[in-house]
Amino acid sequence: MSHDPNGPVLAHPVLDPRYAEPFPKAVLPVLRNPQLRKNVAHAIDVIQAKRGKLVQEKSDWQALRSAGAAIRSHVLENLAPYLEIFEARCTAAGGIVHWAADAAEVRQIILDILRQEQATEVIKIKTMTSAEIQLNPFLEAAGVRTYETDLAEIILQLGQDEPSHIVVPALHVNRSQVREIFARTMGLKDLSDDPHALTAAARTYLRQKFLSIPTAISGANFLVAETGSVVVVESEGNGRMCLTLPRTMITIAGIEKVLPSFQDLEVMLQVLARSATGERMNPYTSVWTGVTPGDGPQRFHIVLLDNGRSRMLAKETERQTLRCIRCAACMNACPVYRQTGGHAYGSVYPGPIGAILTPQLMQMHHAQTLPYASSLCGACYEVCPVKINIPEVLLELRSQVVNQERHTAGRFFDPMYLGLRVANLLFSRAWLFHAAQYFGRIGIRFFTRKDGWIHSLPSIGGKWTQTRDLRGFPRQTFHEWWAERDLKPTGEAK
Amino acid sequence: MRASLFITCYNDTLYPETGRAVVKLLERLGVALDFSPQQTCCGQMHANTGFRGEAFCQAKRFTRLYQDAETVVIPSSSCVAMIRDQYPGLFAELGNEELRGQFTALLPRVYELSEFLIDKLGVDDVGAYFPHRVTYHASCHGLRALHLGERPWRLMNKVRGLEQVPLANLDRCCGFGGTFSVKNAEVSSAMLAVKLQDVMSTGAEYCTALDNSCLMHLGGAMHRQYAGMKTIHLAQILAATEASPAEVVS
Repeated sequence: MSHDPNGPVLAHPVLDPRYAEPFPKAVLPVLRNPQLRKNVAHAIDVIQAKRGKLVQEKSDWQALRSAGAAIRSHVLENLAPYLEIFEARCTAAGGIVHWAADAAEVRQIILDILRQEQATEVIKIKTMTSAEIQLNPFLEAAGVRTYETDLAEIILQLGQDEPSHIVVPALHVNRSQVREIFARTMGLKDLSDDPHALTAAARTYLRQKFLSIPTAISGANFLVAETGSVVVVESEGNGRMCLTLPRTMITIAGIEKVLPSFQDLEVMLQVLARSATGERMNPYTSVWTGVTPGDGPQRFHIVLLDNGRSRMLAKETERQTLRCIRCAACMNACPVYRQTGGHAYGSVYPGPIGAILTPQLMQMHHAQTLPYASSLCGACYEVCPVKINIPEVLLELRSQVVNQERHTAGRFFDPMYLGLRVANLLFSRAWLFHAAQYFGRIGIRFFTRKDGWIHSLPSIGGKWTQTRDLRGFPRQTFHEWWAERDLKPTGEAK
Repeated sequence: MRASLFITCYNDTLYPETGRAVVKLLERLGVALDFSPQQTCCGQMHANTGFRGEAFCQAKRFTRLYQDAETVVIPSSSCVAMIRDQYPGLFAELGNEELRGQFTALLPRVYELSEFLIDKLGVDDVGAYFPHRVTYHASCHGLRALHLGERPWRLMNKVRGLEQVPLANLDRCCGFGGTFSVKNAEVSSAMLAVKLQDVMSTGAEYCTALDNSCLMHLGGAMHRQYAGMKTIHLAQILAATEASPAEVVS
């Protein structure tokens, strides 16, 4: 997003971590956009309230979370065998399994399949993995038109916008903005912003696509190793349509999406629906296993995507990240996301999970500001249905960033780096700390006003005083008071 | 009962009145307090910014300094959370078994102030008098890391004269987050603005908490905006009596 005060209010967001602006800079236009902030806060408050109610009614919620975490951890510790079982069972059921190491590979595999199918158009079930590998622009450039069928994704596609949330991708867009996009792109001048009118317009638009396009692309919420099945959950039924009419289905799934057995869905579907949309059960759950003659797509391909995931398996702290079931409860709970929305994260995965997932997918070569996009308040960890200790992973990634940067010339004299190195020295000896307090108290007087408060500081201190004052240093530190008190007879200073 | 006071680096430097209040309060309750002038910092700032090596130095220093203490009281929930949640990982990573053993033995004796009062001393009525309208901000670390639960309210309920005003969105962060407040100053300020709306709409005279870092953030904005509300650490409320009112530094 460009920070141009005279530019359009909604500049086209960049969700590629390689080109996105650093988080502290990317948030600036958002923070100055009242409509966007209002849209995000309102949408989140609605979902949060629904989730809160439904979690509360579940007396075994903590046990469910533990079960969810245990299932996902077990899979990640045994990922290779479960993937092999999935491949074997899916293949036996008539599916064709492809493996892709990175985004370029999966894009090429999909394009090759589409060429075989002689497809020039494709309909899509909502899939964030497709956005991760930037499939749509690639296919469009190769001459394949892509049509999103999820309502939110249609809004974004027609509005040339990008997702700002992984469950509710158009969360930052309000009703009147949707009306404007539909009216303009569907040629419906008299369209009202009544939700029924808007969904009716989307339905008419979609029907034509469903009936005329025989090739579909989907993501996956879960893969079941035991049966070789793919599971997609959704709210609108568009996904179900994509699984009914087309003759060919191509699914993209991250390798971490696998579950050992069908029984595991019992836990996962319970925690997913409540966490994601605040529903007891999501309206549509589709499960398909390879190809069923006479029912649904007769050709089924699945591309299993690594794209940086297997590198995250090695260490326990980082591995937690892959437990994620993409419910977005963390972003809904996050006080940072509530202010910024998703685009500022410069990744299809925003919010707390994005702040730990994106830099790792980028092998810590990009998005290094994201682990710092958190006040470490812990709300994300508290709501996570698979108990990912996001603050712990954030801290791990922060230390990796510091280790990367601390010896580089640009950072060596950075006020923050310098300050923390000096602080460490001061904290290592009490007398040094006390001397620093003494001289600091003298130095800070130049910035302290007559009312005893500091209103303006230089350098990084100015970042504090741009919106808050700081009370001036008191005449006496606590330890000085204690020492003085010790000299007096007992009780006098009490 | 003996207890060692770990005042924390920023309370020592910026909020000595909180330390004085803890001393007044605990001595009134019959606790014999020790204070080692050798103490400095728990390492939270370093750990939370990614300077793990430096944080380890402070963790080691803290552990060595207090290994023989009967109990350690800390009037800062985020520093206690640092010790409880992050020290084990730091020591595990370093693999120094001796230090790890010392820390494991020490940890159950480390208390946040309200934990110390309720769990260790078993009191909720500390004989305080504070005739003011007060709203309580449940700092994130107190709420989600230490799970302080009802403890602060049990203490406040017994303060004579104190009128409590509930704070909406109690579980929402004020936006401080240590170096977050300068590294992401604008987002932090946006979070602060939202929090301050909730705090101000209570119409309280004071906003209290068990962590001066949140209060430094909220109080700094209140002062900037001539908001007509002040912040005060809960220790200062609990220490206040009719004969010796709370020390409020303007």
